[in-house]
Amino acid sequence: MTRPLAPVTLAPVTLALLLAACGSGAADIRQTGPDPVLPAQDRALVPPIKVAEPAGWNGATPTVPAGLTITPYATGFKVPRQMLVLPNGDLLVAEGKGGADAPTLRPKDLIADYIKSFAGNGVKGGDRVSLLRDADGDGRPELRTVLIDGLDAPYGLALVGGDLYVAEQGSLKRYGYTTGTTRIAGKGQEITKLPSKVNHHWTKSLAASADGSKLYVGIGSNSNVGERGLEVEEDRAVVWEIDRATGAHRTLASGIRNPTALAIEPRTGALWSVANERDELGARLVPDYLTQVRDGAFYGWPYSYYGRHVDPRVHPQRPDLVSRATVPDYALGSHVAALGLSFATNGGLGGAFAEGAFVGEHGSWNRQDLAGYKVGWVPFAGGRPAGQPRDLVTGFIADGKARGRPVGVTFDPARHVLFVADDLSNTVWRVAPAGRRGAAPASPTGG
Amino acid sequence: MALSPVLGTAPHRTGLHPLHALLLGFPVALFATGLAADIAYLDTAEMQWSNFAAWANAGALVFGGVVLAWSVLAAVRGRTRWLYPLLLAAMWVVGLVNAFQHSHDAWASVGTTGLILSILSTALAVVAGWIAYSPARAGDVR
Repeated sequence: MTRPLAPVTLAPVTLALLLAACGSGAADIRQTGPDPVLPAQDRALVPPIKVAEPAGWNGATPTVPAGLTITPYATGFKVPRQMLVLPNGDLLVAEGKGGADAPTLRPKDLIADYIKSFAGNGVKGGDRVSLLRDADGDGRPELRTVLIDGLDAPYGLALVGGDLYVAEQGSLKRYGYTTGTTRIAGKGQEITKLPSKVNHHWTKSLAASADGSKLYVGIGSNSNVGERGLEVEEDRAVVWEIDRATGAHRTLASGIRNPTALAIEPRTGALWSVANERDELGARLVPDYLTQVRDGAFYGWPYSYYGRHVDPRVHPQRPDLVSRATVPDYALGSHVAALGLSFATNGGLGGAFAEGAFVGEHGSWNRQDLAGYKVGWVPFAGGRPAGQPRDLVTGFIADGKARGRPVGVTFDPARHVLFVADDLSNTVWRVAPAGRRGAAPASPTGG
Repeated sequence: MALSPVLGTAPHRTGLHPLHALLLGFPVALFATGLAADIAYLDTAEMQWSNFAAWANAGALVFGGVVLAWSVLAAVRGRTRWLYPLLLAAMWVVGLVNAFQHSHDAWASVGTTGLILSILSTALAVVAGWIAYSPARAGDVR
């Protein structure tokens, strides 16, 4: 079960492992929105590594703007990642942690694994999908069950009619679902295998097309920038379009380094993704992004970033591919680690948060000044981003320590509620407009 | 004087402690291995060569660090000239910088910088070894 997060004594953890040479300092530059400033590459001898030391919530909650409330919806998960709201209001939470098969290839892998071990909480992934039901709408679920057990690092979830789809780290599965079900036995039907060799970036994000005929799966790269050899990058850093009836797939878009969450923009029906860009080019490179996933587009990885900015770490280079690289639509900031995406519909959370996208940002490791560790809001108008992002849920960092790290976000349009999965405190947070029924603060159950 | 049965020359005594001599063999061999792997990587762009170089360099640092510490102690106690530990120290620092260089991703892991550092660390290891393995004079590392 979950280990209490309270005072974790990890002295060496604020790994200010280094160096004056890297990280922050300079007056900050604008790296959000449609036209981010991209500074020159800064390849420090030692890459800046800083992960925030974990700390407990101790009854505190994250911070939301006036007019909204946030409460812990449930806790005690085993690494909650992505979520899905079912038509009857039940919330599904995929719990898991994959990528264990990625082999150590060089001394750096040993050291990086050791350092990153301080950022987690030691909880083993649940390999299951949990179900939470708040039938009376008081903001606290009365029923909690394990809907599906025995999975292999489940991540993406989607429902089309009576078919529930679960994207494990190596397989896309279908389960029969009827409204109100609280337990599904059986192994599910495999729609298609998903690329799983190495699985450095193991998360398989999932969304169904607006008409329900297609499924989209985001498949991350097997390396930062090709350092495991390009032969393990076949069918990686792509978004697959899968025919729901036959399981046949084609590559919808490529060069998209790690498409960690997919969602359908409600006005246009277009597919959008948040993607995590490459590391070790400097604290201000490369911005993670939010983009419409265009059919046939190549987003640059590994040869270039943000269009035609060539990455010299790849050899041989491919100017032919770089010349047709697509510029992503909207920058979210460098190293913020965007892992969650959900669009507001039906008026959203109201006020300034009526039309746009919620973005869960897990938080950085490759810069001295922490970035991300929040849920952001990207306003949209007419199905396109409109204006600079705003912070929606903050307070995950306090006194330099991480109390939580946001992953998936999912909006429930019928109840005007945003759920935020937090895989450090293993909590699902519930954000709702203040004053609505059920929005009264529940007593936090700890973290 | 009797001839060495192996080399056919007069046996010479290096004055090295046998364990010190064994440990010193690692940086000499491993830095050279790293250099060869670097050249192979620059020639083929096959990542495994760069990985080999990184491991060889890391192994050279581990054993070279022990040898360095031993030589410093010996110099402090007046049992060797300072030139020997200084050469080992230079070798080790160059190797450490090269370890970070090789931690860069993909094509950035070697490059001109990595190749020069590998040549330097190999050369320093060979020179340090040459001095240490030369026939004993009064006051050599024991």
